[in-house]
Amino acid sequence: MDNGFSIIGKPTAMVDAAYKTTGSGKYTDDLSLPGMLVGKILHSPYPHAHIKSIDTTRAEKLEGVVAVVIGKDAPNPYGILPVGHDEHALALDKVRYVGDHVACVVAVDDATADKALELIDVEYEVLPAYFDPEESMKAETHLIHDNKTHNIEKDYHHVFGDPEKGFAEADHVAEARFIANEVTHAAMEPHSTLASFELDPHTGKMGRLTVWSSTQVPYYLQHKLSLVLEMPMSQIRVIKPLVGGGFGGKSEVIPLEIIAAVAARKANAPVKITYTREEVFWAHRGRPRTIIDLKTGVRNDGRITSVKARVVQDGGAYCSYGVVTILYSGALLGALYDIPNIQYDGYRVLTNKPACGAMRGHGTVNVRFAFETQLDELAAEIDMDPAEIRQRNLLTPPCVTVNGLRVQSYGLPECIARTVERSGWKQRKGKLAKGRGLGIACSHYVSGAANSIIRSDMPHSTVNIKIDRDGGVVVYTGASEIGQGSDTMTAQIAAEALGCSLARVRVIAADTDLTPIDIGSYSSRVTFMAGNATLRAAEEVKKRIAAAAAKKMNCAADDLLFRDDVVSKRGSAPHAMKNNPGEEEETTQAGATVSGRVEGQILRGSLQQKRKDEGPKDWMTFEEAVVAAIDFHGALSGTGSYAPPQEARGGKHKGAGVGPSPAYSYAAQVAEVSVDEETGEVTVHKVWAAHDCGRALNPVSVEGQIIGSVWMGMGQALTEEMVWKDGMLMNPGLLEYRSPSSVESPEVEPIIVESIDPEGPFGAKECSEGSLAATIPAIANAIYDAVGVRLHECPFTPERVLAALRAKKNAKPLNLTEGIDPTAPVRFREHGGSLWFRGKGPQRHALDPSRREGPEPAGGAD
Amino acid sequence: MKKELVALKINGRSCELAIEPNSLLLDVLRKDLDLTGSKRGCDDSSCGACTVLLDGVSMLSCTLLAASCEGQEITTIEGVSEHGSLAAIQKAYGDWGGAQCGYCTPGFIMTVKALLAENPDPSEADVRTALSSNLCRCTGYNQMYEAIRSAIRAERSAMAAAKECLLPRAAGFSDPVSRGVRNDKT
Repeated sequence: MDNGFSIIGKPTAMVDAAYKTTGSGKYTDDLSLPGMLVGKILHSPYPHAHIKSIDTTRAEKLEGVVAVVIGKDAPNPYGILPVGHDEHALALDKVRYVGDHVACVVAVDDATADKALELIDVEYEVLPAYFDPEESMKAETHLIHDNKTHNIEKDYHHVFGDPEKGFAEADHVAEARFIANEVTHAAMEPHSTLASFELDPHTGKMGRLTVWSSTQVPYYLQHKLSLVLEMPMSQIRVIKPLVGGGFGGKSEVIPLEIIAAVAARKANAPVKITYTREEVFWAHRGRPRTIIDLKTGVRNDGRITSVKARVVQDGGAYCSYGVVTILYSGALLGALYDIPNIQYDGYRVLTNKPACGAMRGHGTVNVRFAFETQLDELAAEIDMDPAEIRQRNLLTPPCVTVNGLRVQSYGLPECIARTVERSGWKQRKGKLAKGRGLGIACSHYVSGAANSIIRSDMPHSTVNIKIDRDGGVVVYTGASEIGQGSDTMTAQIAAEALGCSLARVRVIAADTDLTPIDIGSYSSRVTFMAGNATLRAAEEVKKRIAAAAAKKMNCAADDLLFRDDVVSKRGSAPHAMKNNPGEEEETTQAGATVSGRVEGQILRGSLQQKRKDEGPKDWMTFEEAVVAAIDFHGALSGTGSYAPPQEARGGKHKGAGVGPSPAYSYAAQVAEVSVDEETGEVTVHKVWAAHDCGRALNPVSVEGQIIGSVWMGMGQALTEEMVWKDGMLMNPGLLEYRSPSSVESPEVEPIIVESIDPEGPFGAKECSEGSLAATIPAIANAIYDAVGVRLHECPFTPERVLAALRAKKNAKPLNLTEGIDPTAPVRFREHGGSLWFRGKGPQRHALDPSRREGPEPAGGAD
Repeated sequence: MKKELVALKINGRSCELAIEPNSLLLDVLRKDLDLTGSKRGCDDSSCGACTVLLDGVSMLSCTLLAASCEGQEITTIEGVSEHGSLAAIQKAYGDWGGAQCGYCTPGFIMTVKALLAENPDPSEADVRTALSSNLCRCTGYNQMYEAIRSAIRAERSAMAAAKECLLPRAAGFSDPVSRGVRNDKT
């Protein structure tokens, strides 16, 4: 497989793989400092209540307790979005969900802290709570946030083209309500933060703060800490150790990150707080439960004429990324297919549940499930192959969509063609045994948001490169490795651009003192943006090396070729010294080079070396070139930065900032499933997943990201769901949440499609999120192919599948929940009759909608 | 709680420790011995990130009292590397993308070690069943199967090579799982 590169496109083990496989790598919870104390957090037992008083005296008196922190200790509000500063480290006067942060005990060990939590006396005045977004939107009193009328965080109403005219032109129109229930990231590493202050030598007082945290966004954390602690950002250092998965759950500031710093300040000692798994579920910030009323019109030739979507998101108690999520839901109706008319009404609604935020495929996944399912229904109606209808609605890039998204590289046609081919779609679709079926769906995602959260024209990523006389290349990047391979991507791009071996490159990442700013690992931006910045920094250094080397070699700098640790004149035989170019990383570690030095010992400058030189050469080693450059320039370093081009930043309408991206990834998937008609159980046998990632910089990582996305999508499609009862999470554990194990997980065949984006680094785009959204509708459509039922609510649990099958046969619905708490919400009751749902739940206010008499209790009318 | 003295044998080395009788093995490993390779990922023994071997049997160290492990051979992820280099399974997990964020990886590697010790030639179904004791949220498990297959192959050829080493002509053994040789799937 020769693509003209020596490192790009070659399957490469991650540069930090050995830290992970030997257990030597340190995650935040693995760190400790001398004199370190532990923090434990007291959470609210009520979904909505005023705090009348907090008495911490009994807790403070307990032997081993050093401090108890409450809201007053850090009253400044913060939030990830500038428009959503509605959170406090610890509740000030009100709690808004079961699990809201009330107080934090700092003690010498876990057991003492746990004991002290029970000694904190909090007096609450319980308020009516809202659990269902459509109920919550009717609220007049007892609002969750006083400044949000009807508990609506934000609503947007967009019209592009002429939707009504579009529907009039359609031959078939489908209209239906889809519901996607709430899911969460459940990254394997629970959130953890360690905070420590140093004493300032000049003032003698508490000075700089260092925070180690499991975060995807160290620079945003630095910013929010600065807001809450009222310290200049320059006095705060945030270090991101290894992070055990994020998926968006660590892409904003989680309360414990602030609480740890406040606690360290109050306790005058380093404090570490690590959430339990249950607390991770409460911290949440996952994908909101979404109600989608979708209407699509198509002509008989398969062309989509118009789309109208009304989306209601159950956002939980705080804004979090909510405004962005609701905008993505609408914006990403565009840029996949050519849709001439779009109407979008989006409502982000507050409820008394943990805040929802960004999760893999941010905002687009649930709407894509609805859209791709409905498109399948329309294909059946006009008697067209579901793959064909998708091919009839392709964009013709380069183009700008009706809602202002610029599309350049577009690998969707090839994605569809290749999944269809690999899955045997044409031969097998509709011909499988009873109860077995195939379904197809497509999706796309941004390669980084073109507009940053805090809007400015400043670069989104900056990267510094230093090369010194050890011949090592050190790349300083703010990009956050969270397991997706960010550090490896950085090393690969630097090594390829400089023509040196991967072993020479060391990546220093995500430490606000050392690395230049990068806004973080979210919206799949790292490869595109930090990758471009790395490429630019490397090009700059290379230019300096080339200038010096060209002088030595008596040629123009443009005539030099950098590759495999050799700088040579174009056309000469540069790799004569290497037996096997392209596969020789071992050579660099192996030892002596032609000059007789052991590699990595550049102590003498070129003056001394010159004695050995005999006139200009055709080539020199990378190290010799580095020596020449240091001699020539005095120092060798370079900087590169990336800001998305103005043309890619979207239209002018309100909310136009979300959705635009410099490039979009594309995906098409075919899922093969079987459905047990007796039990309603769905089994996914195989998924063929094609993904257009521009260029696969590291195929192992790209395949891993595709498989991981498909797998996570399958979890949301079949089993994963956060089950609520009156604001209480019923399944805050990995088993109850039903994260699929290896036994339930299908084979996924990743198919890499390379569309080579004109602006991506080496043509690369994102590969970590776009595939997820296609999996849910592909499975839904396969279920239809297998047993002929359309499921409009995910996950497709056995109960829901069975109910749909019985409805199709006009059979009496099974009452699985006879004898269960009649006040439980409907969607909760269908979860079956196990006794643990019967608990009384938290005490509710007399005015609480869930205590209202009547057949339709609040929170359940779906 | 008053501490008691226990003697544990971890990764071939004996150590005496004063611990509370109710200390969990995972906490002793992580907090008392700074062997932080074993991870805590859940509250209820559901994730497998803390898996260690007790006399070769994979166990969850979050549900074992450390004091009850006296007299048994405890192997943690830190004891898996062989003679200063990565064990075949560790190398393969890196090469094949079996580890992404890496938080679950130590637990998986311990589970695989126990599986392969018991069954050196497991079928795909055996592997899936064994791995179902551990959870991963990144990989979808697919690349782990490839890593395990590749590690088994590597172990076999290493054994063959070791046998040949007894003969003088065995120089130049090359690692079959190194990057260049990775076969593309079709």
